[in-house]
Amino acid sequence: MDSLILRAAAQVLVPLQLFISLVLLFRGHNEPGGGFIGGLVAATAVILLGFAQGMDKAKARMRVPPQFLIGMGLLVAAASGLPALFDGAPFLTGLWSDLSVPTFVAGKVKLGTPLIFDIGVYLVVIGITTLMIFSFAEEDEA
Amino acid sequence: MLVALLVVFVFATLAPALHRVLGNAGGWLFALLPAGVFVVFGHKLLMLPETGPIVERTPWIPSLGIELSFLYDGLSLLFVLLISGIGALIVVYSGGYLRGHPQQGRFFAFLLFFMGSMLGLVTAENLLALFIFWELTSLSSYLLIGFDHEKAKSRSSALQALLVTFVGGQAMLAGLILLGFVGGGYSITALLASGDAVRNSAMYVPILLLVLAGAFTKSAQTPFHFWLPGAMAAPTPVSAYLHSATMVTAGVFLLARLHPVLSGTALWVGVVTTFGLVTMVTGAVLAVGQTDLKRLLAYTTVSALGIMVLLLGIGSVLAVEAATVFLVVHSLYKGTLFMVAGAVDHETGTRDVAALGGLGRVMPVTAAAAALAGLAMCGLPPMLGFISKELLYEAKLEVTGWAWGLVVAGVVANALMISVAGTVAGAPFFGKGKETPKRAHEAPVSLWFGPVVLAGLGLVFGLFPGLIDMRVVGATASAVLGEAVELHLSLWHGVTPMLILSGVTVALGVVFYLARGRLQELRLKMAPLNAFGPERGYEALLDGMVKFARLQTRFLQHGYLRYYIMTIVIIATGAIFLGLAWVDSGGPWLPVSDVRPYEVLIGLAIFASGIGAILARGHLVSVVLLGVIGYCVALIFALYGAPDLALTQFLVETLMLVMLVLVLYHLPKFQVLSDRRSRIRDAVLCGGLGVAVTLMVLRAMSGSRSMELPEYFMAKSLEAQGRNVVNVILVDFRALDTLGEITVLAVAGLGVYALLKLRRGNHKRKGGD
Repeated sequence: MDSLILRAAAQVLVPLQLFISLVLLFRGHNEPGGGFIGGLVAATAVILLGFAQGMDKAKARMRVPPQFLIGMGLLVAAASGLPALFDGAPFLTGLWSDLSVPTFVAGKVKLGTPLIFDIGVYLVVIGITTLMIFSFAEEDEA
Repeated sequence: MLVALLVVFVFATLAPALHRVLGNAGGWLFALLPAGVFVVFGHKLLMLPETGPIVERTPWIPSLGIELSFLYDGLSLLFVLLISGIGALIVVYSGGYLRGHPQQGRFFAFLLFFMGSMLGLVTAENLLALFIFWELTSLSSYLLIGFDHEKAKSRSSALQALLVTFVGGQAMLAGLILLGFVGGGYSITALLASGDAVRNSAMYVPILLLVLAGAFTKSAQTPFHFWLPGAMAAPTPVSAYLHSATMVTAGVFLLARLHPVLSGTALWVGVVTTFGLVTMVTGAVLAVGQTDLKRLLAYTTVSALGIMVLLLGIGSVLAVEAATVFLVVHSLYKGTLFMVAGAVDHETGTRDVAALGGLGRVMPVTAAAAALAGLAMCGLPPMLGFISKELLYEAKLEVTGWAWGLVVAGVVANALMISVAGTVAGAPFFGKGKETPKRAHEAPVSLWFGPVVLAGLGLVFGLFPGLIDMRVVGATASAVLGEAVELHLSLWHGVTPMLILSGVTVALGVVFYLARGRLQELRLKMAPLNAFGPERGYEALLDGMVKFARLQTRFLQHGYLRYYIMTIVIIATGAIFLGLAWVDSGGPWLPVSDVRPYEVLIGLAIFASGIGAILARGHLVSVVLLGVIGYCVALIFALYGAPDLALTQFLVETLMLVMLVLVLYHLPKFQVLSDRRSRIRDAVLCGGLGVAVTLMVLRAMSGSRSMELPEYFMAKSLEAQGRNVVNVILVDFRALDTLGEITVLAVAGLGVYALLKLRRGNHKRKGGD
């Protein structure tokens, strides 16, 4: 699959998709979005890159293997439940700080453990989706 | 105790590493640990008359009433002393026995792990904690029996012991939970006081039978006795420790522990004494004619366990005292004899009695220990064994009704034991020397230290029974009976019926010993009877289970994707129709009046794509049309105010399409293989599901549609700092579910990856060929 239009479009679209995926992730607590959806969007970005420039390139651009993202995501999600334990609350109880970070596109984002949990979900979803697509695609080349 | 247990378990974990550092001296040093336990708890036992029973409590799972509490009374402390004292000697012995074995460190780890479990078991004050330690002993004994895991025999014996004791353990758990319900809690001290309530409750019979199932499997009572001789596949130190002194007495311990709660009824006396009696005789009879030293001893252990159970079944003061003394005696002599058998095996290279003789000259120390233990086993003065046997007969004579039956069975069993004692402790050491695989010489200190100490104690306690009568036996019997008892043991009682019985027993024993050749022939003639033994039953059951598992796997997991899908479709359709028929509340149907034009358009698009996907003559077209259906559904979500769902549906549908296209690449060319009939069948099934789902959706309105739920979630989700209810539910309210889901997702993804990798590997291999 070698198409000039696809390649040119990917140059613009992939960064945009990744940006949108982050917006979706961070605004998810108040507006439609969240880690799952954000992760899927990010995964489509990687896949678009793969179709435009070849899966190997896309893999290389990810810098870490998908398995790493899966493991990291699970770890982050599980770890986000721990602070509550120190507070004497049950595992995974949401704790919020009073800090909120102004972001220009996703509104004010409050910081708290559910956000960290959502980031974990985001990473797992990217990891699994790209892992599966890469595996199927490699089959093609074999 | 908690501290002691933690130390033992931590040491067990560290044992392999420590052993690497310490080398061969490890055995002696490791022994310091149980020796320390022995000293500390020995002191507790001596102080018992002043302190009374002590309970130590640590909360564990308070919501379930489970405490890590420990009880020190005569009974538990006696067992602690047996376990730690004999344990220390066994550790020393293993140091010598397994010298140079590459996995000696692991062996010590298992042994200490077992010791810790056993200590926990006997001191536990909470029924459920007791159960957990009980299972831990089964588990650690599995590891020890299967220590030589390269041998198939070891593995199967270990599994057999595990299964038999676990099955009993499960029954016991049920019994203990019932007991907790009836007795109002799992605290043993509290239960000991509420024996009458338990005995009068309707659940008494099931409780008793279930608990007995646990005790009888663990203590190898007939018909569960077969695992014990099998367990002789373990290294000898294990046999000496687990299968003589400790684990198998756990069942006896349980009977003794719960004696004040459960005993005293006709059912208890009937069941427990019968099992004990049958086991006593079975063990003794099966021991006859065995030639392998360890198997011989194993069967006598079965018999001895029968005696203890029998005595607890009788349950009189005298019987409990006799059981306690016999427990001590048996632990001392059986530990000794097993260790002696191991030492003989170690030094000569054989355990076959027929191949051994005249070892007394080359192994004098071992022979002396064996002789003392043999005397104890025969119940001859001046050993403690003599006192024990006198007590035993006295207790049996006291029983009203069938005393003579008990006595006759006892005399025969004891006489058989005497002949075995002669075979094990006498024959190998006297007579002419014989050629053995290895040139025999005296065993090293580590191998005779344990036997000499134990056998020596048997002699000392026999000569000076005052050392243990009140402090040990009295304290234990008091705990078992739940009331204080006085007793004074002495070697000489004058000429009594018991003394006469002892004489008869010895005479009969000598006869049996001399006739052992004949008895062996007889046993060989009876060998075909084994086909009806309980062990065959166990094998048949195990085989049957494997066969059944294979059959139902073949039935359910046939490997045809189309039938799997068909099963799912049929069951889903049936379930929906059933549900509609049962729970239909008869409310209004979903109104179909105010349909907007674009909704009709989407509906038509879905319908047309569906028909197209079915009729399409190519994979790609089908897949794309399915994608169209997915997008249309997403559109509906968007129109009805579920933006999160719509977004997700769009993305998932896109990714599915990409994946399917990638997969399609590998499929063979599109073909129609199914015939007309199966296509019609599929159409009917799928149409049925479609109708079912449609009806379900239309009826969905008939249920209550109060706004309570949405309002509740809106309010709660704002409290949780979010306006997007879906997301708040996912990452906060039900975060644990989500964590579980992404874990499943991760495992599934890795599974796909692994499967594809595996396939590719196979391709390559084929290509290489």
